[in-house]
Amino acid sequence: MAGITSIGAYVPIYRLNRDEIGRMWDGRSIGGTKAVAGYDEDTITMAVAAALDCLKRGGEADGLFLATTTAPYREKLSSAIVASAADLKEECTVADFADSLRSGTAALKAALDAVAAGSAKSVMVAAADTRQGATKGVLEQALGDGAAAITVGSEKVIAEVEGSYSVYNDFTDIWRSEEDKFPRSAEGRFIDEVGYIPTIQSVIDGLLKKYKLNPDDFTKVIYYASDARRHAALARRLKLEKSQVQDPLYSDIGNTGSAAVFLMLASALEKANPGDRLLFVSYSDGADAFILRVTDEIRKYQKRPAISYQMAGKIAITYGQYLTWRGLVPVEASTLPERSPISLQSRWRERKAIYALYGAKCKKCGALQISQIGQTPRVCVNCQAKDQFEPYKFSDKKAKLFTYSVDQLMPTLNPPGVSGVIDFEEGGRLICELTDCNLDKLEVGILVEMTFRKMFYSRGIHNYFWKAKPATD
Amino acid sequence: MEGIKDKVAIVGMGCTKFGERWDKGVEDLIVEAAYEAFEDAGIEPKDIQAAWIGTVFSGISAITLSPLQLQYIPMTRVENMCATGSEALRAASYAVAAGVVDIALAVGVEKLKDSGATGLKGPSIVGDNQDASSGIGPGYSAPASFAYLATRYFHDYNIKPEEGKRLLAQIAVKNHYNGSLNPKAHFQNELTIDQVVNAPIIAWPLGLYDCCGVSDGAAVAVVTRADMAKKFRPDPIYVKAMQITVGARQGAMRQDYDFVHIEENIIGSQQAYAVAGVKDPRKEISIAEVHDCFSIHEMIVYEDLGFSKRSRAREDIEAGTFTLKGELPVNTDGGLKCFGHPLGASGLRMMYEVYKQLQGKAGPRQVKNPRLGLTHNLGGNAGTGVCSCNIVGNEK
Repeated sequence: MAGITSIGAYVPIYRLNRDEIGRMWDGRSIGGTKAVAGYDEDTITMAVAAALDCLKRGGEADGLFLATTTAPYREKLSSAIVASAADLKEECTVADFADSLRSGTAALKAALDAVAAGSAKSVMVAAADTRQGATKGVLEQALGDGAAAITVGSEKVIAEVEGSYSVYNDFTDIWRSEEDKFPRSAEGRFIDEVGYIPTIQSVIDGLLKKYKLNPDDFTKVIYYASDARRHAALARRLKLEKSQVQDPLYSDIGNTGSAAVFLMLASALEKANPGDRLLFVSYSDGADAFILRVTDEIRKYQKRPAISYQMAGKIAITYGQYLTWRGLVPVEASTLPERSPISLQSRWRERKAIYALYGAKCKKCGALQISQIGQTPRVCVNCQAKDQFEPYKFSDKKAKLFTYSVDQLMPTLNPPGVSGVIDFEEGGRLICELTDCNLDKLEVGILVEMTFRKMFYSRGIHNYFWKAKPATD
Repeated sequence: MEGIKDKVAIVGMGCTKFGERWDKGVEDLIVEAAYEAFEDAGIEPKDIQAAWIGTVFSGISAITLSPLQLQYIPMTRVENMCATGSEALRAASYAVAAGVVDIALAVGVEKLKDSGATGLKGPSIVGDNQDASSGIGPGYSAPASFAYLATRYFHDYNIKPEEGKRLLAQIAVKNHYNGSLNPKAHFQNELTIDQVVNAPIIAWPLGLYDCCGVSDGAAVAVVTRADMAKKFRPDPIYVKAMQITVGARQGAMRQDYDFVHIEENIIGSQQAYAVAGVKDPRKEISIAEVHDCFSIHEMIVYEDLGFSKRSRAREDIEAGTFTLKGELPVNTDGGLKCFGHPLGASGLRMMYEVYKQLQGKAGPRQVKNPRLGLTHNLGGNAGTGVCSCNIVGNEK
């Protein structure tokens, strides 16, 4: 039976304390923190990180569906960028599922159908969001940034999908028009009593009836809610046992939009036992519900659980950092020279080097080499042999920091900038930017790993490339 | 292979005041420096048979020289990053050495302060094609790319950052003292160690005074055949070596590069010493103008050029070896740090100081009985460099 074969997660390292937001506006704090995407992160970079995490845990993909409400391009396929960075093969079906918090489960249904129909062997669903709540508003504290990715297939399944049920309901509770930077919200009681609670109840009732199951057949119930209060209220209304309710992770990372239920699922799977049934429900203009049955294969996932792994090492940020990173306040223009605009032609030519960080290995002397400007070598830097190369991927290799500088002049929204010289463990050297650094822990010799980030934005182009960050394990 | 030694002489030089020359354009700077050189050589513009202009940002093609109104002679613009001025001088000298022309002009100019930006244009990666940039290079500043050397130097030689900063500060203090004796220098102030150490950090561990000035300026040389030189003046300066040595990103791509030396500096200076017949540079070189774009680089240059033993520059700095009254005075005019660094002009500005020193005309900065002088530039940075190393003398 088809089901989930691997799951990966990505939560940014940065946390904004909600008390800090409360203090800023002399208002109430709902407590806890929210995860905030770094100044150089967005939906695509987080989706790439989650996708790579999922692949590392054994996932395979001949298709990739990206689910988000915050794609960086209005017109251009984000899933193609994610697939390129994840180095998926070219003959791969990619699609964006957008504009709804239910986009992730819509993509999951499409992936299950594709696998069942035999049109794909294994499809990845990556969900990521960086939704911004209006400053001083309720959503500002509730929303967080994050991403998750699962692969769907029929071999080595860790959680079979035993059934699903969906309802739709054109209900305007949270919405964002073309002109809106922030989501708008209807009145709370109206949302709860007419939209959210009855819709979830209806999809669960329909599912239980269809598959002749009872609520207590499920070890865990994983469901969306716009915030922690609503999440708890729904548990009471559904009369769920406390042990059945999956922690939505809202206290630490916040509501991550289309990624939220998948992050909850990743967390639930960390503690699940073979044979457990999980009820998995997403919500937005209706609801999708799934029955998941955990298999023996779950143990291999639990060796390196996705969520607790992501929660290690956090960096607290100020409200000012949050505002500038998200472009919510105008900041003083730099008097440093602007970077020259990027050449689309040269980016296309060097696409393998740029998107998946390919360098080369000399077939004659074995030297690994990579260029900091993306040029694919023609003559070996070590033995000067001409055109004797095979491609070599650096993005999945760890490296040691050989030397570095903390740079007050680097144009960045998170000054000071850090750059350095990194030596890959298997060979090859790269001079690159560093990110997600705790400056106090920066020193020669630390282990770093590569992360796909946004370098800068120029003339409508989101310019992505790889940076190094302190290794997480 | 015959080298260039004693085939070419410099018979005239000019150099503008360096600094923030808000009221002067590229054309003014060129005319100012060139006419000083013409007068110094005792020639007219019409005597020039060929000319080279070096500039990185301040003009494309030799049409940049049009303010001089030279009349339909061969002229070319050259560019080789911070070695650009030296490259113009090399081209003019090679033409004379080849016997193609008898009198040639080398001009270096840069008007950095017109860009309206703080620091150098960029950030860009050395050698990246601006029109074809994939935009993936690190957005680091020039100071950061040299701070890599300091980080690694302190690490390898077990120097605490605070100690290291005080050590480097002595270089800035020396260069500012020298510059304060030089009315053409960009900055005219002396500095104290504490001022340097406590200045704002630019790129850790380098602070403001570890970084050279961003300036406007021009410098010019008139070169001729060595055997004709005394017709122009009694004290011509003879070219002993004129070396350019260019890396191929080896240090940026190969793990065997250590970031405590610059390979281009070592090979370039050794090649120059071989051509000039210098066996012991520390003893034989009377004065050196080296590329102190950042204090750490001047320290590394002491070792790379053989002035100090490897890892021992510290002892020489502390002994005052490179001060005006020291054993081997370095950057007697203030260096890039204090005189300023208009990229295309810098190599020729260094030669201007060496030329004046070898003629005994350096005023309060005059070193005793100089015989050989050296100029050195490093374009690019650690791992990706263009090194020029020139040696000249006052005897044939």
